[in-house]
Amino acid sequence: MRLQYPTHIHIIKVPCTGRVDLFHLLQAFEQGADGVFVAGCLEGDCHYMHGNLFARKRVERAKDILAATGVGRDRVEMYNLSAGQGTRWAEICREFDERIKNLGPSPIRLAHDKKAA
Amino acid sequence: MIKATPKPLEEIINYVKDFNKILVAGCDGCVTVCEAGGMKEAKVLGSALRLYYTQAGKDHEVVETTITRQCDKEYLAELKDMVENADAVISIACGCGIQYLTEMYNDKIVFPGVDTHFMGINADRGIFEERCAGCGQCVLASTGGICPIARCSKRMLNGPCGGSEAGKCEISKDTPCGWHLIYERLEKLGQVDSFTKPVDPKNWRTSRDGGPRVIIREDLRKAEPQHGSAHS
Repeated sequence: MRLQYPTHIHIIKVPCTGRVDLFHLLQAFEQGADGVFVAGCLEGDCHYMHGNLFARKRVERAKDILAATGVGRDRVEMYNLSAGQGTRWAEICREFDERIKNLGPSPIRLAHDKKAA
Repeated sequence: MIKATPKPLEEIINYVKDFNKILVAGCDGCVTVCEAGGMKEAKVLGSALRLYYTQAGKDHEVVETTITRQCDKEYLAELKDMVENADAVISIACGCGIQYLTEMYNDKIVFPGVDTHFMGINADRGIFEERCAGCGQCVLASTGGICPIARCSKRMLNGPCGGSEAGKCEISKDTPCGWHLIYERLEKLGQVDSFTKPVDPKNWRTSRDGGPRVIIREDLRKAEPQHGSAHS
């Protein structure tokens, strides 16, 4: 298909999005990520029954925590797509990248950079 | 087991925003089971606090740990170095653990990270229901194994009251009437006659009405040397 999407998106593969814990999402931000999205299978299509539904709940909780800590709730998102939807994958990457660019760098990364300078 | 829920993050941040070195102390007991104060929750709270301090540009050191039980001083003693190194401690154990930690390290500020609710059961994932009110004088033998103190909104001993309708309590359509449950159970056991006998007033001194309670089990206490023994 040779679809294009932003090259700076770092992909972490997990067997199922049900493996993604709330702590993993927060840790990504602690380490300076500007945004994190979780891409799970389509709802109702999870090979492990409810993994993607658990992931959605964790993303919702991460949003609340990021809002309360001043990082911003829009920096984390949940998407659902199937392995056959390459075009949609590229579209999501571009869409999320655009959203994060509009939000600007994460305040955590800015604080880290300031400390390092 | 004891059931608790995490306090809102905003409330916890408000407690500790002026401190720099924070210890988040979890408990591997009851609060781990109800997913309010175990290692996972300690790590999430610790991470959230680090995000808050970092974006606010404040120097900080947040450490998370858990111990086997915060209601035992032997385990609390394991926290000594970490507590000494912290400016403030957030305990996410139940109210008992938070208070015992405070007693052990009473020159340190300790904040609660959870709200403790009741003694209950795990009805389903994420659903906890109260079953015991700790009245100190169990009546389950005569009520078909269903507690009128914990499960009747009025703690009635001779129920149900007029607020019971179609098996539900008047406080909510989702709350079963404790006495309706008791009746159904006694009927099943063929013991409805015990339902018809009035129960004498309960001695509430063994409950909270008698003030803070202490249990002294002499059979469990350490044996003291007898007078006149070889060691006296």
